[in-house]
Amino acid sequence: MKTLEPESEAELAAILAGAKAPFRVQGGGTRPIGGPREGVALATRRLSGITLYEPGALTMVARAGTPLAEIESTLAAEGQRLAFEPMDHRGVLGTTGEPTIGGVFGANVSGPRRIQAGAARDFLLGVRFVDGRGQIIRNGGRVMKNVTGYDLVKLMAGSFGTLGVLTELSFKVLPGAKSAGTVAITGLDDATAIAALSRALASPFEVSGAAHLPGGGNDAARTLIRLEGSQASVAYRAGRLQEALAQFGDARFDHDGDAVAGVWRDLRDLRPFHGREGDVWRVSVKPSDAPGIVAALPGAEAIYDWGGGLVWLLVPRGTAAQAIRAPLDTVGGHATRIRGEAGEGTFHPPPAPVAALQEGLRRKFDPRGLLNPGLMDSPAQMASD
Amino acid sequence: MDMPPPNPDILARKPELVARLNRALPEAAVISDPAETRAYECDALTAYKCPPLAVVLPGSTQEVAAALRICHEMGVPVVPRGAGTSLAGGALPSADSVILGVARLTEVLETDYENRFIRVQTGRTNLSVTGAVETKGFFYAPDPSSQLACAIAGNIAMNSGGAHCLKYGVTTNNLMGVTMVLMDGTVVELGGAHLDAAGYDLLGLICGSEGQLGVVTEATLRILHKPEGARPVLIGFDSNEVAGHCVSDIIKAGVLPVAIEFMDRPCIRACEAFAGAGYPDCEALLIVEVEGSDAEIDEQLETIIEIARAHDPVELRQSTSPEESARIWLGRKSAFGAMGQINDYMCLDGTIPVSQLPHVLKRIGEMSGEFGLDVANVFHAGDGNMHPLILFDANKPGDLERCEAFGAAILKLCVEVGGCLTGEHGVGIEKRDLMIDQYAPEDLEIQMAVKDVFDPGWLLNPAKVFPLQSSAAHRDAAA
Ligand SMILES: Cc1cc2nc3c(=O)[nH]c(=O)nc-3n(C[C@H](O)[C@H](O)[C@H](O)COP(=O)(O)OP(=O)(O)OC[C@H]3O[C@@H](n4cnc5c(N)ncnc54)[C@H](O)[C@@H]3O)c2cc1C
Repeated sequence: MKTLEPESEAELAAILAGAKAPFRVQGGGTRPIGGPREGVALATRRLSGITLYEPGALTMVARAGTPLAEIESTLAAEGQRLAFEPMDHRGVLGTTGEPTIGGVFGANVSGPRRIQAGAARDFLLGVRFVDGRGQIIRNGGRVMKNVTGYDLVKLMAGSFGTLGVLTELSFKVLPGAKSAGTVAITGLDDATAIAALSRALASPFEVSGAAHLPGGGNDAARTLIRLEGSQASVAYRAGRLQEALAQFGDARFDHDGDAVAGVWRDLRDLRPFHGREGDVWRVSVKPSDAPGIVAALPGAEAIYDWGGGLVWLLVPRGTAAQAIRAPLDTVGGHATRIRGEAGEGTFHPPPAPVAALQEGLRRKFDPRGLLNPGLMDSPAQMASD
Repeated sequence: MDMPPPNPDILARKPELVARLNRALPEAAVISDPAETRAYECDALTAYKCPPLAVVLPGSTQEVAAALRICHEMGVPVVPRGAGTSLAGGALPSADSVILGVARLTEVLETDYENRFIRVQTGRTNLSVTGAVETKGFFYAPDPSSQLACAIAGNIAMNSGGAHCLKYGVTTNNLMGVTMVLMDGTVVELGGAHLDAAGYDLLGLICGSEGQLGVVTEATLRILHKPEGARPVLIGFDSNEVAGHCVSDIIKAGVLPVAIEFMDRPCIRACEAFAGAGYPDCEALLIVEVEGSDAEIDEQLETIIEIARAHDPVELRQSTSPEESARIWLGRKSAFGAMGQINDYMCLDGTIPVSQLPHVLKRIGEMSGEFGLDVANVFHAGDGNMHPLILFDANKPGDLERCEAFGAAILKLCVEVGGCLTGEHGVGIEKRDLMIDQYAPEDLEIQMAVKDVFDPGWLLNPAKVFPLQSSAAHRDAAA
């Protein structure tokens, strides 16, 4: 069956109001996490275009299907950017097509700078969406501070199209950095590396990226710390960090703009996992717990971001969800399967009282179960996990 | 201000309620003597008062759960309370409600500098969270001006902000996890020491839900290392409009100050008379503060001053020492006290797009004439969160009503230009009836549907946030 591509919010609302069967909600279809799923494809591609951009107010409003590339180039022309640095999933998932801004917020996609600037959800100021009953809903607005009523903006961010189809988003943008540099230490084991990153993150030097690539084969492990700002400021802070991290080894400072940008783009997009066999998991933990969790998984390859708080795992195909999640039961955290066998077990099963709240919300927003059934916390998934 | 009439059946069952609470909680935790419950009759919105049926001050999450279970079984409304500094009437009781205060829950449960978080009980005051970590050079970023008194519980319920939120964000951006008790006594854990909780962002949903979805007893908060230093520059202008353009140009230039504060002439004059900070007598003042090492601060201030010069300032004063910084901040920090000296005042809290600043300030000036009440403006300009202070005389018949009408007109103006009713103080009862000016019926319906899920009986702080007419069907269905 062909993909439905409504050209207006009203048309989308009419489709959902009159629907009898479920939909697969998608933006550009580049992040089919937990898919493929049943239902007719319903894409926001044609709900496209930037409707407002005020650089002096650091705000942009765009329709959900607007290509991310269009947004990023419009911002770049004013020296601004999406500070949460959304990852591009195409390389690691082997998908094609154009990522949309609706998909970025629908999946709450952030990159290395999340550790300093915040996640996608922290930048989302307002939403318009159509719920499962076909009603057009508005929440939040386009101003930076807003506590008028409940914050459904945060609820919609990361809800993967299960509570409503986003049609328009307003979000905060920030000035881009005048320059960037990387302080790098090679050869550290995972636990020592995370300790070094923690030291850097607990400094006043405004680290905007903190990652560890364990290496393997001929590649030495690399522990990376990013600094951004004016050239003088970056150089000064790099010097201070080199001193503070002296006990961990020789910390080199790289400030070649293109090289620095490339290193962090590759990390953001999980380049080391591109074209490799196996399932990919995304694990969120307390940073100091991360090395232990990785060590307990023989055969796993890891990339540490967010100072160790985000661990990307490449594991053999079909690795049981339980193997990844069991250690998290004791230390806290959660794991999502980004690539692998579709469907069940993709999302971390919530504890019973939280699951009940999530189910309750879902029934209110989408009483007929039309939107991405089977995705996120559906009863089917909980029963089988 | 309308409130639903108290339920006579509940009033009649007070002895049974108190007896059951007394059995479940330590003796000192239950207050039912009307002489003592009076202390809880209002929050910082003192125009509205009503003593509650009883007050409970539990000492643990389990005790909170026990108290809620009893109220749930008996169908008694519960109003959660932190320190009672809400300016929106969020903690105002009804005669048939129990105040559940977290004032005795003040412990630090865990500090972890390596992973950069602190876990506290939510009765702890905002400032004492920073107090617990500052010897190690750390701080908790959200800093409402009420930080000496207000509790983390209220900060989470109102999603409070502070002077430094342009750089560090508001409460929701610094909250990592909570322990929360639902109205039926179920204890729920959301988030924790890791980032971005699993599943739906319920943490984001409950932050700012004004005590209507659950009682938050513990919180995990992000802590940061303090910057090496901070210094402001003071810039005076001949016109509000030019000051507004200067704010916008600073932001566009790519420096991100920690604070951009704005004061207009009435406010400058009042502060000057009160604190003698040496402010110039001009139309508009900006205080712009940046952080970093000395050299980094100089570099940023240089850029800011260059931008300011292009707007022909009447005054430009760069701080070069802690003493000068303190002097520049002195007037701003005493603004509320200064206004209080002159008059009674009402403090508004609408937010507008920064680009609308000149237009909105001009309109407020015109409306001041129409309503016959003076108004002073002092606010966080970087994020458009305005705090117009309307001056009135509480002893003059009709003044309060005129002041409230003026306030409502300003807030409607904020909505009209693309902003909102409240940037950080919350809706409570104060802005409850204006919600229909910002939201369509279906926008409010779905918010109330969220409350239906968390609190199907509509017992938690039921008469707040949503206009009574809008919420009637939900409250009646629950009863
Ligand atoms: C002089 C002054 C200056 C202020 N400055 C600022 C400022 O700069 N920025 C700002 O944002 N605000 C400011 N405020 C407003 C106020 O201080 C904040 O809203 C604060 O967060 C309220 O905290 P509290 O502990 O006093 O809460 P309370 O007033 O006790 O309660 C506030 C709300 O929280 C709910 N609540 C309380 N405890 C719980 C709990 N455990 N679980 C669930 N819900 C709960 C209550 O039901 C109520 O709805 C100011 C107030 C004053 C008086």
